[in-house]
Amino acid sequence: MISNYYFLNVIRFTLLVLVQVLVFNRLNFFGFINPMVYILFIYWYPIKENRSAFIALSFLLGLSIDFFSDTMALNAASTVTIAYLRPTIMRFVFGVNFEFQSFKLSNTTKAQQITFLALLIIVHHLVFFTLEVFSLENFLLVLKKTVSIGLATLVLCLLFGSLFSASKE
Amino acid sequence: MQQIINFVLRYKSFLLYFLLLTIALAFTIQSHSYHQSRFFNSSNWVTGNIYETSHGISSYFGLSEENKKLVNENKRLKTLLFNRETTDSIALDSTINYTVVAARVIKNSFTDQRNYITINKGKNDSIKQDMGVITSEGILGIVENTSENFATVQSILNEKSNINAKIKNSNHFGSLIWDTKTYNVVQLVDIPRFVQLNVGDTIVTGAMSSIFPENIPIGTIKKFNLDTAKSFYSIDVDLFNDMTNIKNVYIVNNVYKSEIEQLEAKTLNND
Repeated sequence: MISNYYFLNVIRFTLLVLVQVLVFNRLNFFGFINPMVYILFIYWYPIKENRSAFIALSFLLGLSIDFFSDTMALNAASTVTIAYLRPTIMRFVFGVNFEFQSFKLSNTTKAQQITFLALLIIVHHLVFFTLEVFSLENFLLVLKKTVSIGLATLVLCLLFGSLFSASKE
Repeated sequence: MQQIINFVLRYKSFLLYFLLLTIALAFTIQSHSYHQSRFFNSSNWVTGNIYETSHGISSYFGLSEENKKLVNENKRLKTLLFNRETTDSIALDSTINYTVVAARVIKNSFTDQRNYITINKGKNDSIKQDMGVITSEGILGIVENTSENFATVQSILNEKSNINAKIKNSNHFGSLIWDTKTYNVVQLVDIPRFVQLNVGDTIVTGAMSSIFPENIPIGTIKKFNLDTAKSFYSIDVDLFNDMTNIKNVYIVNNVYKSEIEQLEAKTLNND
């Protein structure tokens, strides 16, 4: 069971990186929208696993995306941020429920799942584009990018989520 | 001591997060002041080969269009060649100022603030940092990092890009920069206000840099207005290149570049 978990996560990690850099980084919808579907890794990652390992793994995930897309360490910074904030966001969305042993993501309501995913995406994109633009002068540009690209990411993540709904978790 | 260990244990995820975030920010901020990060670029072996494989599959799709572009370029070059004044003398090696290497783009990007392009030629083909990269239609960027078989190119669509350019058939030159807004428009600044400008005038590379040969086409003037100080023009330039669709590129190497740079450095030191 344990090795199965590891195996699943390694496969997921590799596939998400490849799909992100080979497909979604080239989408250029409306000339600038490239959804970041690799956030799904943070969304799907088992809740009861070691937190430090999860944070380190998220850093690695962001770093791999950075290597491919020549974005310095922007993805690493924003991914590690949402990995660290995930328990806080979950407490906000699911209440104290999620600390129980029997808690499963698939048992929660659709609205809760979408809110959880949306919050992850908003925080991630906000950090990412603030660092990318790197000036307060252009804060409107940051907001515009966060909203438009965040929406695209959310829609695609939901589609992916329903396509590969993890029944094992 | 006990308390310190307890503190570390209690906040270990926060400390880990803080450490990783600091590393990420350090890499990001360092590359703001220096060249693109030595470590975080897609010219390394793993990413280069994955992009090369993916390019091998997707390159079949735009073949006919790419063919048309190359035939057009050939036509233009042939016209130049046939109308050249015939000279009897044989071209000697010493008359060659620029050498050209052909490469293919395996990764392109144009939506970020700083866009980099990855090409499939590297150190093994004697590609070095700061060589100019052009296409059949216009300029593309400057080589930034190289590995054995790949190189990353700082695109002209990069907020750090700064290239010497001038108005064709004149010697008024300025700097070509990008305001990061649209991928087919770049800006030419520092053209003095007394210069006569018209919408549609052609912009080409200037002779001031040792990276690009003179008179490589860049684009045409889309609109122009005076800057806030009212002494220089700020010009929007429509690019000839379709930056979203680039396959074949040429890397230009100025044979005398190191000599020119040495001389310039020496002159500056003597002041």
